[in-house]
Amino acid sequence: MRALPAAIVVLVPVALGLAIALGSVPMSAGQLAQALAGRGDDALREIVWDVRVPRALAAFACGALLALSGALLQVLLRNPLADPYILGVSGGASVGALLALVLGLAATAMRLFALAGAALAAGAVFAFSRGRAGWNPYRVLLTGVALSAGCGAIVGLLLSLAPAAQVQGMLYWLLGDLSPAGDPTLALAVLAACTALAWSRAAALDVVLLGSDKAASLGVDVGRLQAIAFAAATLATVAAVLLGGAIGFVGLVVPHLLRLAGVRAHRLLVPLSVCAGGSLLVIADTVARTATAPSELPVGVITALIGVPALLFLLARVR
Amino acid sequence: MLAARAIGIRAGGRTLVEGLDLVLAPGQCWALLGPNGAGKSSLILALAGLRAPHRGEIALDERPLARWTRAELARRVGVLLQDDTPDFWGSALEYARLGRYPRSGGAWGGDAEDDAAALGWLARLDLTERAAQPYVTLSGGERQRARIAQLLVQDAGLLMLDEPLSHLDLRHQVQVMELLAESARAGRTVLMALHQPSLAARYCDHAVLLYDAGRSSAGPCADMLTPSRLEALYRCRLESAGLSIPT
Repeated sequence: MRALPAAIVVLVPVALGLAIALGSVPMSAGQLAQALAGRGDDALREIVWDVRVPRALAAFACGALLALSGALLQVLLRNPLADPYILGVSGGASVGALLALVLGLAATAMRLFALAGAALAAGAVFAFSRGRAGWNPYRVLLTGVALSAGCGAIVGLLLSLAPAAQVQGMLYWLLGDLSPAGDPTLALAVLAACTALAWSRAAALDVVLLGSDKAASLGVDVGRLQAIAFAAATLATVAAVLLGGAIGFVGLVVPHLLRLAGVRAHRLLVPLSVCAGGSLLVIADTVARTATAPSELPVGVITALIGVPALLFLLARVR
Repeated sequence: MLAARAIGIRAGGRTLVEGLDLVLAPGQCWALLGPNGAGKSSLILALAGLRAPHRGEIALDERPLARWTRAELARRVGVLLQDDTPDFWGSALEYARLGRYPRSGGAWGGDAEDDAAALGWLARLDLTERAAQPYVTLSGGERQRARIAQLLVQDAGLLMLDEPLSHLDLRHQVQVMELLAESARAGRTVLMALHQPSLAARYCDHAVLLYDAGRSSAGPCADMLTPSRLEALYRCRLESAGLSIPT
């Protein structure tokens, strides 16, 4: 039980290292070291510092944000099936992004459209799910599912109306794709802030699993904790979706993989979700861009192909 | 000192409590008696500050409960709720230790001290051998004792317990009643909803009776636990229930 957290933390530099070392342009270990140190061939240095490092960091930020959001929502909604997209964020963002693609707008405008869509959808979920006695998990789930289905219908409509040439780009966005990912700095800042916020509330998240009344009697301001955790989960999901599209499965599966492996207390679950989610996506993205190089696969396909068997394996082993 | 003044409690469109005055002083051990649906749980939720009463005011040390923060209140008032936690992720020890949350505040500080406090109460409740076992694998009665251990670990001066004896065998019913009476003798205030008037008579010094339609009475056990009052309370002959109250 002591070995697992350490192994997951060590996985982070290993995954990032692999992502930086591997790619369509082969590099020897010496060349890589030189490029990392800022010496040697200009082209190689550019590939490492301007392409591979930002891409690896973007993948890490994305996966970590989604896993963190999933871990928080599974506690708040008391539902093991909760994932970051239950908040309608990805549905709204997808509609916005696809609309921008259909209109032939530039990448920046597409991000803004996606952001607007995500904000609208999340706002609607919260507006509808606030019952008389604060946040009601069932209302959040129902509204989120209904809204996601509605967004799915609009996405289907946009896909069938779009010119054939644009459909592949749209599909990649929907499956999750880090190739157009820009500067990961903002996402990493959001990740740091949300992780710190969630980690500082780790004990309260443990207590809230006892039920709202019991948690309140133990001194947890449940309404405030819910507001903070929902805000962190929403912000994390929006930041991830804007960076990498609707990458599926990381947010649902990573917290469950850790719980099944025995990591339950949130002081471990929160940071390890971040490490494991980030590493999983970095590895998946490395596979996505090297398996069929020079063409790329959508990373969302790879995360599901890694995540589903891993979850089934653990489910079969832990009964 | 917890004082309720002329409180009224309503739930599900029914009036459960109307115009109840209650002063719970340190050292007192109160029984809360009444038929099913009389409002015992609702009264406990109100007295613990978890639901505001519809009318009247409840104050702890002259300060209305609404003006206490959750964290402040948790250091003074502990409550055992009736409904069980469906599934808790950790061991019985980890479960009991959550009672330290109001004191240690975070997940980080005072681990050894928290463990010692939790283990101490688990031992008092015959759960030493169950401490490392997952909470979900405990039996109903063992869970109930782990829940009581968690409450005692909280170390609050006022203890409100909703049916502390449910699921407990005879030995542990007596054990828990003795623990709670001992807590009261040590200067805490204890109030517990019970369905056993005979145990109330033996271990408690005061009682609140909740009749139907909002009527209630409260006072020393000697005045409250009389055969005529209890027969009116439960609308049942004591002999037919095989019950006699020691006087």
